[in-house]
Amino acid sequence: MSNTAPALKEWPLWEVFIRSKQGLEHKHCGSLHAADARQALQMARDVYTRRQEGVSIWVVPSAQITASEPDDKAEFFEPMGDKIYRHPTFYEIPDEVGHM
Amino acid sequence: MYTQAMDIPDGQPAALKPVPKDINAAEAELQKRFDARIDADGRIEPQDWMPEAYRKTLVRQISQHAHSEIVGMLPEGNWISRAPSLKRKAILIAKVQDEGGHGLYLYSAAETLGTSRDQMFDALHTGKAKYSSIFNYPTLNWADVGVIGWLVDGAAIMNQIPLCRCSYGPYARAMVRVCKEESFHQRQGYESLLQMMKGTQAQKDMVQDAVNRWWWKCLAMFGPPDADSPNSAQGMRWGIKRLTNDELRQKFVDATVPQAQVLGVTLPDPELKWNEERGHWDFGAIDWDEFWNTVNGNGPCNKERLATRVKAWNDGAWLRDGALAHEAKQRARTMKEAA
Repeated sequence: MSNTAPALKEWPLWEVFIRSKQGLEHKHCGSLHAADARQALQMARDVYTRRQEGVSIWVVPSAQITASEPDDKAEFFEPMGDKIYRHPTFYEIPDEVGHM
Repeated sequence: MYTQAMDIPDGQPAALKPVPKDINAAEAELQKRFDARIDADGRIEPQDWMPEAYRKTLVRQISQHAHSEIVGMLPEGNWISRAPSLKRKAILIAKVQDEGGHGLYLYSAAETLGTSRDQMFDALHTGKAKYSSIFNYPTLNWADVGVIGWLVDGAAIMNQIPLCRCSYGPYARAMVRVCKEESFHQRQGYESLLQMMKGTQAQKDMVQDAVNRWWWKCLAMFGPPDADSPNSAQGMRWGIKRLTNDELRQKFVDATVPQAQVLGVTLPDPELKWNEERGHWDFGAIDWDEFWNTVNGNGPCNKERLATRVKAWNDGAWLRDGALAHEAKQRARTMKEAA
Protein backbone atom coordinates (compact mmCIF):
# COMPACT_ATOMS: atom_id res chain seq x y z
CA MET A 1 0.00 0.00 0.00
CA SER A 2 2.34 2.74 -1.20
CA ASN A 3 -0.26 5.32 -2.25
CA THR A 4 0.81 7.66 0.55
CA ALA A 5 0.83 11.25 -0.70
CA PRO A 6 4.22 12.93 -0.17
CA ALA A 7 4.02 16.00 2.09
CA LEU A 8 5.76 19.27 1.21
CA LYS A 9 8.07 18.60 4.13
CA GLU A 10 7.93 17.77 7.80
CA TRP A 11 6.67 20.40 10.22
CA PRO A 12 9.67 21.69 12.20
CA LEU A 13 10.45 20.39 15.67
CA TRP A 14 9.81 22.40 18.87
CA GLU A 15 10.88 21.85 22.45
CA VAL A 16 8.16 22.28 25.07
CA PHE A 17 8.72 23.74 28.56
CA ILE A 18 5.94 23.81 31.14
CA ARG A 19 5.46 25.69 34.40
CA SER A 20 3.42 23.26 36.48
CA LYS A 21 2.28 25.92 38.95
CA GLN A 22 2.82 29.54 39.82
CA GLY A 23 6.09 29.93 41.67
CA LEU A 24 7.90 27.06 39.95
CA GLU A 25 10.23 27.24 36.96
CA HIS A 26 9.40 26.11 33.43
CA LYS A 27 10.69 22.59 32.92
CA HIS A 28 11.47 20.74 29.70
CA CYS A 29 8.78 18.11 29.16
CA GLY A 30 9.08 16.97 25.54
CA SER A 31 8.97 17.94 21.92
CA LEU A 32 6.51 18.11 19.05
CA HIS A 33 6.18 19.08 15.39
CA ALA A 34 4.25 22.21 14.43
CA ALA A 35 4.16 24.60 11.48
CA ASP A 36 4.54 27.79 13.56
CA ALA A 37 4.84 29.06 17.13
CA ARG A 38 1.12 29.61 17.67
CA GLN A 39 0.29 26.10 16.50
CA ALA A 40 3.14 24.70 18.62
CA LEU A 41 1.62 26.32 21.71
CA GLN A 42 -1.83 24.93 20.99
CA MET A 43 -0.48 21.46 20.31
CA ALA A 44 1.69 21.57 23.43
CA ARG A 45 -1.49 22.36 25.37
CA ASP A 46 -3.20 19.28 23.86
CA VAL A 47 -0.25 16.91 24.07
CA TYR A 48 1.30 17.83 27.42
CA THR A 49 -1.38 19.43 29.63
CA ARG A 50 -4.49 17.28 29.21
CA ARG A 51 -4.70 16.92 32.99
CA GLN A 52 -3.91 20.46 34.09
CA GLU A 53 -0.19 19.77 34.25
CA GLY A 54 0.60 23.40 33.55
CA VAL A 55 -0.27 27.06 33.95
CA SER A 56 2.22 28.37 31.38
CA ILE A 57 3.97 26.95 28.30
CA TRP A 58 7.10 27.97 26.40
CA VAL A 59 7.85 26.55 22.95
CA VAL A 60 11.30 26.93 21.36
CA PRO A 61 12.38 25.81 17.88
CA SER A 62 14.64 22.81 18.57
CA ALA A 63 17.16 24.03 16.03
CA GLN A 64 17.68 27.15 18.19
CA ILE A 65 19.04 25.16 21.12
CA THR A 66 22.80 24.94 21.50
CA ALA A 67 23.88 21.95 23.55
CA SER A 68 27.23 21.15 25.15
CA GLU A 69 29.31 18.58 23.27
CA PRO A 70 29.00 15.07 24.76
CA ASP A 71 32.63 14.41 23.76
CA ASP A 72 33.77 17.34 25.89
CA LYS A 73 31.85 16.20 28.96
CA ALA A 74 35.04 15.54 30.94
CA GLU A 75 36.95 18.75 30.29
CA PHE A 76 33.74 20.79 30.47
CA PHE A 77 32.42 19.58 33.82
CA GLU A 78 35.26 17.85 35.66
CA PRO A 79 37.16 21.02 36.71
CA MET A 80 34.48 21.50 39.38
CA GLY A 81 35.03 17.99 40.75
CA ASP A 82 37.97 18.90 43.05
CA LYS A 83 36.62 22.19 44.36
CA ILE A 84 34.98 20.76 47.43
CA TYR A 85 35.60 24.05 49.29
CA ARG A 86 32.63 25.41 47.32
CA HIS A 87 30.32 23.31 49.49
CA PRO A 88 29.24 24.32 53.01
CA THR A 89 30.06 20.84 54.38
CA PHE A 90 33.79 21.53 53.71
CA TYR A 91 33.92 23.74 56.80
CA GLU A 92 34.03 22.36 60.35
CA ILE A 93 32.07 24.52 62.78
CA PRO A 94 31.93 23.77 66.56
CA ASP A 95 28.69 22.16 67.69
CA GLU A 96 27.97 24.90 70.23
CA VAL A 97 27.54 27.40 67.36
CA GLY A 98 24.36 25.55 66.42
CA HIS A 99 22.78 25.87 63.03
CA MET A 100 24.73 27.98 60.54
CA MET B 1 12.60 13.85 25.98
CA TYR B 2 15.56 15.29 24.19
CA THR B 3 15.53 15.69 20.48
CA GLN B 4 17.83 14.68 17.70
CA ALA B 5 18.34 18.38 16.91
CA MET B 6 20.35 18.66 20.11
CA ASP B 7 22.84 16.06 18.94
CA ILE B 8 24.67 18.53 16.76
CA PRO B 9 25.36 21.86 18.42
CA ASP B 10 25.53 25.06 16.38
CA GLY B 11 24.37 23.41 13.18
CA GLN B 12 27.83 21.93 12.57
CA PRO B 13 27.47 18.79 10.45
CA ALA B 14 28.64 15.79 12.43
CA ALA B 15 30.79 14.67 9.51
CA LEU B 16 33.17 17.59 10.10
CA LYS B 17 34.35 16.17 13.42
CA PRO B 18 37.95 14.97 13.28
CA VAL B 19 38.12 11.28 12.46
CA PRO B 20 40.03 9.27 15.09
CA LYS B 21 43.21 7.69 13.70
CA ASP B 22 42.52 4.20 14.95
CA ILE B 23 38.77 3.76 14.65
CA ASN B 24 38.70 0.25 16.05
CA ALA B 25 40.59 1.13 19.22
CA ALA B 26 38.40 4.19 19.73
CA GLU B 27 35.24 2.15 19.18
CA ALA B 28 36.40 -0.53 21.57
CA GLU B 29 36.99 2.12 24.24
CA LEU B 30 33.52 3.63 23.64
CA GLN B 31 31.94 0.18 23.76
CA LYS B 32 33.71 -0.48 27.06
CA ARG B 33 32.37 2.73 28.56
CA PHE B 34 28.87 1.97 27.24
CA ASP B 35 28.92 -1.54 28.75
CA ALA B 36 30.18 -0.19 32.07
CA ARG B 37 27.35 2.32 32.22
CA ILE B 38 24.75 -0.36 31.41
CA ASP B 39 26.27 -2.68 34.05
CA ALA B 40 26.02 0.11 36.63
CA ASP B 41 22.32 0.48 35.71
CA GLY B 42 23.07 3.94 34.31
CA ARG B 43 21.09 5.69 31.60
CA ILE B 44 22.01 6.37 27.98
CA GLU B 45 21.03 9.77 26.57
CA PRO B 46 20.70 10.80 22.90
CA GLN B 47 24.10 12.53 22.70
CA ASP B 48 25.95 9.51 24.11
CA TRP B 49 27.79 6.99 21.98
CA MET B 50 25.85 3.73 21.60
CA PRO B 51 26.38 0.54 19.61
CA GLU B 52 24.59 0.60 16.26
CA ALA B 53 22.59 -2.53 17.13
CA TYR B 54 21.34 -0.89 20.37
CA ARG B 55 20.20 2.14 18.39
CA LYS B 56 18.49 0.00 15.74
CA THR B 57 16.73 -2.17 18.31
CA LEU B 58 15.42 0.92 20.10
CA VAL B 59 14.25 2.60 16.89
CA ARG B 60 12.37 -0.55 15.96
CA GLN B 61 10.84 -1.07 19.40
CA ILE B 62 9.91 2.56 20.11
CA SER B 63 8.47 3.20 16.65
CA GLN B 64 6.44 -0.02 16.79
CA HIS B 65 5.21 1.06 20.19
CA ALA B 66 4.23 4.48 18.77
CA HIS B 67 2.47 2.91 15.79
CA SER B 68 0.53 0.67 18.19
CA GLU B 69 -0.77 3.70 20.09
CA ILE B 70 -1.87 5.39 16.85
CA VAL B 71 -3.48 2.32 15.27
CA GLY B 72 -4.99 1.52 18.69
CA MET B 73 -7.14 4.65 18.34
CA LEU B 74 -9.04 3.04 15.46
CA PRO B 75 -10.96 0.11 17.05
CA GLU B 76 -12.13 2.34 19.92
CA GLY B 77 -12.66 5.47 17.83
CA ASN B 78 -15.37 3.55 15.99
CA TRP B 79 -17.39 3.50 19.21
CA ILE B 80 -17.28 7.20 20.08
CA SER B 81 -20.46 7.96 18.14
CA ARG B 82 -22.13 4.83 19.51
CA ALA B 83 -21.31 5.20 23.22
CA PRO B 84 -24.38 4.46 25.35
CA SER B 85 -24.33 7.77 27.29
CA LEU B 86 -22.78 11.22 27.20
CA LYS B 87 -20.60 10.25 30.18
CA ARG B 88 -19.21 7.18 28.41
CA LYS B 89 -18.70 9.19 25.24
CA ALA B 90 -16.70 11.89 27.04
CA ILE B 91 -14.58 9.19 28.73
CA LEU B 92 -13.94 7.38 25.46
CA ILE B 93 -12.96 10.59 23.64
CA ALA B 94 -10.49 11.37 26.45
CA LYS B 95 -9.04 7.87 26.26
CA VAL B 96 -8.64 7.91 22.48
CA GLN B 97 -7.04 11.36 22.70
CA ASP B 98 -4.61 9.96 25.30
CA GLU B 99 -3.62 7.17 22.89
CA GLY B 100 -2.84 9.81 20.27
CA GLY B 101 -0.73 11.64 22.85
CA HIS B 102 1.12 8.44 23.78
CA GLY B 103 1.95 7.92 20.12
CA LEU B 104 3.39 11.45 19.97
CA TYR B 105 5.55 11.03 23.12
CA LEU B 106 6.93 7.83 21.63
CA TYR B 107 7.58 9.20 18.14
CA SER B 108 9.52 12.05 19.80
CA ALA B 109 11.57 9.53 21.79
CA ALA B 110 12.36 7.55 18.62
CA GLU B 111 13.34 10.73 16.77
CA THR B 112 16.12 11.32 19.31
CA LEU B 113 17.79 8.25 17.80
CA GLY B 114 18.11 9.89 14.39
CA THR B 115 15.03 8.65 12.57
CA SER B 116 12.49 11.18 11.26
CA ARG B 117 8.75 11.30 11.87
CA ASP B 118 8.09 10.99 8.14
CA GLN B 119 10.36 7.94 7.86
CA MET B 120 8.42 6.25 10.63
CA PHE B 121 5.03 7.15 9.14
CA ASP B 122 6.21 5.90 5.78
CA ALA B 123 7.26 2.57 7.31
CA LEU B 124 3.84 2.24 8.94
CA HIS B 125 1.86 3.29 5.88
CA THR B 126 3.71 1.03 3.47
CA GLY B 127 3.24 -1.94 5.80
CA LYS B 128 6.97 -2.29 6.54
CA ALA B 129 6.60 -1.51 10.25
CA LYS B 130 4.66 -3.70 12.65
CA TYR B 131 2.27 -2.61 15.35
CA SER B 132 0.62 -4.59 18.13
CA SER B 133 -1.42 -7.37 16.56
CA ILE B 134 -4.16 -6.97 19.13
CA PHE B 135 -5.59 -4.11 17.05
CA ASN B 136 -6.13 -6.38 14.08
CA TYR B 137 -9.20 -7.88 15.76
CA PRO B 138 -12.66 -6.30 15.48
CA THR B 139 -14.60 -4.55 18.27
CA LEU B 140 -18.02 -6.13 17.75
CA ASN B 141 -20.06 -4.45 20.47
CA TRP B 142 -19.92 -1.99 23.37
CA ALA B 143 -18.67 -4.63 25.83
CA ASP B 144 -15.52 -4.90 23.69
CA VAL B 145 -14.67 -1.29 24.55
CA GLY B 146 -14.76 -2.11 28.28
CA VAL B 147 -12.77 -5.30 27.80
CA ILE B 148 -10.12 -3.47 25.78
CA GLY B 149 -9.67 -1.04 28.66
CA TRP B 150 -9.53 -3.76 31.29
CA LEU B 151 -7.53 -6.48 29.52
CA VAL B 152 -5.72 -4.91 26.54
CA ASP B 153 -4.66 -1.80 28.46
CA GLY B 154 -4.03 -3.97 31.52
CA ALA B 155 -1.63 -6.10 29.50
CA ALA B 156 -0.03 -2.99 28.03
CA ILE B 157 0.54 -1.54 31.52
CA MET B 158 2.20 -4.81 32.64
CA ASN B 159 4.56 -4.43 29.68
CA GLN B 160 5.14 -0.71 30.09
CA ILE B 161 5.84 -0.43 33.82
CA PRO B 162 9.24 -2.16 33.59
CA LEU B 163 10.01 0.03 30.55
CA CYS B 164 9.97 3.08 32.87
CA ARG B 165 13.39 1.74 33.99
CA CYS B 166 14.65 1.20 30.44
CA SER B 167 18.31 2.11 29.91
CA TYR B 168 17.47 4.64 27.19
CA GLY B 169 16.47 7.88 28.93
CA PRO B 170 13.96 9.37 26.46
CA TYR B 171 12.07 6.05 26.17
CA ALA B 172 11.96 5.61 29.95
CA ARG B 173 10.68 9.18 30.46
CA ALA B 174 7.97 8.72 27.82
CA MET B 175 6.89 5.52 29.58
CA VAL B 176 6.55 7.24 32.97
CA ARG B 177 4.07 9.67 31.43
CA VAL B 178 2.23 6.92 29.52
CA CYS B 179 1.88 4.68 32.58
CA LYS B 180 0.37 7.47 34.68
CA GLU B 181 -2.32 8.02 32.05
CA GLU B 182 -2.84 4.36 31.20
CA SER B 183 -4.10 3.62 34.70
CA PHE B 184 -7.23 5.68 33.93
CA HIS B 185 -7.74 3.58 30.76
CA GLN B 186 -7.79 0.31 32.61
CA ARG B 187 -9.98 1.52 35.45
CA GLN B 188 -12.58 3.13 33.20
CA GLY B 189 -12.86 -0.11 31.21
CA TYR B 190 -13.24 -2.28 34.28
CA GLU B 191 -15.76 0.09 35.85
CA SER B 192 -17.83 0.15 32.66
CA LEU B 193 -17.93 -3.68 32.71
CA LEU B 194 -18.93 -3.68 36.41
CA GLN B 195 -21.85 -1.48 35.40
CA MET B 196 -22.90 -3.86 32.63
CA MET B 197 -22.67 -6.82 35.03
CA LYS B 198 -25.33 -5.13 37.18
CA GLY B 199 -27.65 -5.02 34.16
CA THR B 200 -29.82 -7.53 32.30
CA GLN B 201 -28.81 -11.10 31.49
CA ALA B 202 -28.24 -9.99 27.88
CA GLN B 203 -25.74 -7.35 29.07
CA LYS B 204 -23.94 -9.87 31.28
CA ASP B 205 -23.74 -12.25 28.34
CA MET B 206 -22.21 -9.51 26.21
CA VAL B 207 -19.43 -9.00 28.77
CA GLN B 208 -18.71 -12.72 29.03
CA ASP B 209 -18.70 -13.06 25.23
CA ALA B 210 -16.24 -10.16 24.86
CA VAL B 211 -13.97 -11.60 27.57
CA ASN B 212 -14.04 -14.97 25.80
CA ARG B 213 -13.01 -13.41 22.50
CA TRP B 214 -10.21 -11.19 23.88
CA TRP B 215 -8.59 -13.29 26.65
CA TRP B 216 -6.24 -15.43 24.58
CA LYS B 217 -5.31 -12.57 22.30
CA CYS B 218 -4.26 -10.54 25.35
CA LEU B 219 -2.04 -13.37 26.59
CA ALA B 220 -0.37 -13.45 23.16
CA MET B 221 0.33 -9.68 23.41
CA PHE B 222 3.37 -10.45 25.58
CA GLY B 223 5.05 -12.11 22.63
CA PRO B 224 6.39 -15.61 21.97
CA PRO B 225 7.55 -17.84 24.86
CA ASP B 226 11.06 -17.11 26.14
CA ALA B 227 12.41 -20.24 24.48
CA ASP B 228 11.33 -18.88 21.08
CA SER B 229 12.44 -15.26 21.45
CA PRO B 230 16.16 -15.18 20.74
CA ASN B 231 16.37 -11.36 20.93
CA SER B 232 15.10 -11.25 24.51
CA ALA B 233 18.48 -12.01 26.06
CA GLN B 234 20.16 -9.15 24.18
CA GLY B 235 17.35 -6.78 25.19
CA MET B 236 17.84 -7.79 28.81
CA ARG B 237 21.62 -7.35 28.53
CA TRP B 238 21.08 -3.80 27.27
CA GLY B 239 18.60 -2.93 29.99
CA ILE B 240 15.89 -2.29 27.40
CA LYS B 241 13.89 -5.25 28.60
CA ARG B 242 13.67 -5.85 32.34
CA LEU B 243 11.35 -8.89 32.50
CA THR B 244 10.94 -11.72 29.98
CA ASN B 245 7.78 -12.31 27.93
CA ASP B 246 6.80 -15.30 30.06
CA GLU B 247 7.41 -13.45 33.35
CA LEU B 248 5.20 -10.57 32.23
CA ARG B 249 2.50 -12.93 30.97
CA GLN B 250 2.44 -14.74 34.32
CA LYS B 251 2.20 -11.45 36.21
CA PHE B 252 -0.74 -10.46 34.02
CA VAL B 253 -2.60 -13.74 34.59
CA ASP B 254 -1.99 -13.57 38.34
CA ALA B 255 -3.28 -10.00 38.52
CA THR B 256 -6.30 -10.59 36.28
CA VAL B 257 -7.83 -13.78 37.72
CA PRO B 258 -9.01 -12.12 40.97
CA GLN B 259 -10.32 -9.14 38.98
CA ALA B 260 -12.41 -11.51 36.84
CA GLN B 261 -13.80 -13.10 40.00
CA VAL B 262 -14.92 -9.73 41.38
CA LEU B 263 -16.43 -8.85 38.03
CA GLY B 264 -18.31 -12.16 37.95
CA VAL B 265 -17.00 -13.50 34.64
CA THR B 266 -15.04 -16.65 33.85
CA LEU B 267 -11.84 -16.73 31.82
CA PRO B 268 -12.09 -19.12 28.84
CA ASP B 269 -9.34 -21.53 29.90
CA PRO B 270 -10.25 -24.94 31.41
CA GLU B 271 -6.62 -25.38 32.50
CA LEU B 272 -6.57 -22.19 34.57
CA LYS B 273 -5.70 -23.44 38.07
CA TRP B 274 -3.96 -22.07 41.18
CA ASN B 275 -0.61 -23.77 41.66
CA GLU B 276 0.15 -23.75 45.36
CA GLU B 277 3.72 -24.87 44.86
CA ARG B 278 4.60 -22.17 42.30
CA GLY B 279 2.45 -19.54 43.96
CA HIS B 280 1.07 -18.67 40.52
CA TRP B 281 -1.92 -19.47 38.31
CA ASP B 282 -1.25 -22.20 35.72
CA PHE B 283 -2.80 -21.60 32.35
CA GLY B 284 -3.32 -23.44 29.05
CA ALA B 285 -1.42 -23.32 25.76
CA ILE B 286 -1.62 -20.25 23.52
CA ASP B 287 -2.39 -20.71 19.81
CA TRP B 288 0.82 -19.25 18.36
CA ASP B 289 -0.08 -20.17 14.78
CA GLU B 290 -3.01 -17.79 15.00
CA PHE B 291 -0.77 -15.11 16.53
CA TRP B 292 1.84 -15.35 13.76
CA ASN B 293 -0.83 -15.47 11.10
CA THR B 294 -2.15 -12.12 12.37
CA VAL B 295 1.33 -10.63 12.78
CA ASN B 296 2.06 -11.60 9.19
CA GLY B 297 -0.89 -9.62 7.88
CA ASN B 298 -3.70 -12.16 7.74
CA GLY B 299 -5.74 -11.19 10.81
CA PRO B 300 -9.39 -10.17 10.42
CA CYS B 301 -8.71 -6.40 10.35
CA ASN B 302 -5.07 -5.90 9.20
CA LYS B 303 -6.04 -4.49 5.81
CA GLU B 304 -8.87 -2.35 7.13
CA ARG B 305 -6.76 -0.77 9.90
CA LEU B 306 -3.91 0.12 7.58
CA ALA B 307 -6.25 1.44 4.90
CA THR B 308 -8.05 3.65 7.47
CA ARG B 309 -4.74 4.99 8.75
CA VAL B 310 -3.39 5.71 5.24
CA LYS B 311 -6.64 7.44 4.27
CA ALA B 312 -6.48 9.65 7.39
CA TRP B 313 -2.88 10.61 6.54
CA ASN B 314 -3.68 11.36 2.89
CA ASP B 315 -6.84 13.28 3.76
CA GLY B 316 -4.80 15.46 6.14
CA ALA B 317 -2.14 16.37 3.57
CA TRP B 318 -3.84 19.64 2.54
CA LEU B 319 -3.86 20.77 6.18
CA ARG B 320 -0.20 19.94 6.80
CA ASP B 321 0.86 21.68 3.59
CA GLY B 322 -1.49 24.60 4.19
CA ALA B 323 -0.12 25.22 7.69
CA LEU B 324 3.44 25.36 6.33
CA ALA B 325 2.41 27.64 3.48
CA HIS B 326 0.64 29.93 5.95
CA GLU B 327 3.73 30.08 8.15
CA ALA B 328 5.93 30.95 5.12
CA LYS B 329 3.52 33.71 4.07
CA GLN B 330 3.36 35.19 7.59
CA ARG B 331 7.14 35.15 7.83
CA ALA B 332 7.54 36.85 4.45
CA ARG B 333 5.01 39.52 5.47
CA THR B 334 6.78 40.20 8.78
CA MET B 335 10.13 40.54 7.02
CA LYS B 336 8.64 42.94 4.45
CA GLU B 337 7.17 45.10 7.20
CA ALA B 338 10.47 45.14 9.05
CA ALA B 339 12.37 46.14 5.90
